[in-house]
Amino acid sequence: MLVLAAAALVATPIAAQDLQGRNLAASCAICHGTEGRSVTKDMVPLAGLPREHIVRQMQDFKSGKRPATVMHQIAKGYTEAQIEAMAGWFAAQKR
Amino acid sequence: MKRRDFLKLAGAAAGASSLAELAGCAGASYKARVVVVGGGFGGATAAKYLRLWDSAIEVVLVERASLFTSCPLSNLVLAGFTAMDKIRQSYDGLRRHGVKVANDEATAIDAAKKIVRLERGGDLSYDRLVVSPGVDFSFDEIQDYEPAMKAGKVLHAWKAGPQTVDLRRQLEQMRDGGVFLMSIPPAPYRCPPGPYERASVVADYFKRAKPRAKVLVLDANPDITSKAGLFKTAWKDLYGGIIEYRGNCKAVGIDAATMTVKCEVEDVRGDVLNVIPPQGAGDIARQAGLITTNNRWCDVDWRTMESKAVPGVHVLGDATLSGPAMPKSASMASNHAKIAAAAIVEILAGRTPAPVQILNTCYSFVSEKEAIRVSSVHAWDDKDRTLKAVPGSGGVSAARSEAEGGYAWSWARNIWADSLA
Repeated sequence: MLVLAAAALVATPIAAQDLQGRNLAASCAICHGTEGRSVTKDMVPLAGLPREHIVRQMQDFKSGKRPATVMHQIAKGYTEAQIEAMAGWFAAQKR
Repeated sequence: MKRRDFLKLAGAAAGASSLAELAGCAGASYKARVVVVGGGFGGATAAKYLRLWDSAIEVVLVERASLFTSCPLSNLVLAGFTAMDKIRQSYDGLRRHGVKVANDEATAIDAAKKIVRLERGGDLSYDRLVVSPGVDFSFDEIQDYEPAMKAGKVLHAWKAGPQTVDLRRQLEQMRDGGVFLMSIPPAPYRCPPGPYERASVVADYFKRAKPRAKVLVLDANPDITSKAGLFKTAWKDLYGGIIEYRGNCKAVGIDAATMTVKCEVEDVRGDVLNVIPPQGAGDIARQAGLITTNNRWCDVDWRTMESKAVPGVHVLGDATLSGPAMPKSASMASNHAKIAAAAIVEILAGRTPAPVQILNTCYSFVSEKEAIRVSSVHAWDDKDRTLKAVPGSGGVSAARSEAEGGYAWSWARNIWADSLA
């Protein structure tokens, strides 16, 4: 018990995948809000959305299946692995 | 003692003690201190994200203004479509993240001693320094600019604030049939589409309030530097006979007595003069030896935003020597800040930061309600050692629209909150 408690007090480095997701997702905040919590009704909050949902939307933006004003141009800048990392990170954020 | 005097003293004492606490090394409860100079989009965002990502880091933000004033949307203030108080924000949101906000002026940086000298607060030591100084103007490149500006005969209004208010008043007072004369400096300058947005929204104001007035744009560049097709279409559709554009027309002097802008090729008279001077990194960057290129801009390592001239100092925003196809924009400054915050957290933990891919999105209004947009995605290129636009990504709006105008306001509210709330 004591060992566990002590371990919990030491900040552990974030896993590489989470760090990549966090850092990529940070860019999105200029429109979607800090940690995906938008302060406007016009912009979709990404925090807490299911991972698969975000991945599918990004793929549909990329392919043109889902029409967009801007996201089709942004989505094309990210690989599948990057999209999965971002989606995983947003999904883990509190709404 | 009168109550308000007592309050004044109490305030001064509180200010003094908080600054006294800052002197010397990081407090025992922190593992390191990061000082951020400049509370614009870059600096404010860096301060906030450092605290979000590692609360063991003490963050001190040095900013001379007591309120944040947004350059984005300030052209709407000029046109009378929004008000100054709508584009202002307080720094209290950053205080709630544990950022120590020093309302003070950084007068010098001693990178060897790792000290920032403040005008009122003494010396502030740091473990890592972030400098986000924005731009300052090369007034001396336009003859007689400064005396004319001091006399109120010419304004730049290229830092949102008192000049925004003054230029709005001049536009309101200008006679119908008068000429609003704008001059754009050679690129790169802060906010590439900003001058064309300004011409557009002022034309929209004239169209309603002063139908015989004109906007005359003298551009030192050969053509519109950003979203050219979309601006030209808007000007043709909406402002025929109001906006006149002349490329390759660089301002070299001002004659305040005759309200004339002297260009290399011709002299042009106006009723309201809005000459935007050439720009470079803010003065503190020069003092600190951070300027590396063309005597204007600060080159950085785009994996960390660390200066290529001064180790331990990270430079953000408009002051940087921009990467390929990277505009000097609020969105870029905000995302530079996130690169720097992520890198500083790793460096202070003894780890090597990985490169971070970032994006840009900039909206410009072409009328009160309609906007256009440009976006780009920038990824680290290991061969060329810089951030480069990802091939096939990015682009501009299909057409101007009120929907983009709505998104422009939404972007503004979210980026203000992302920087300051």
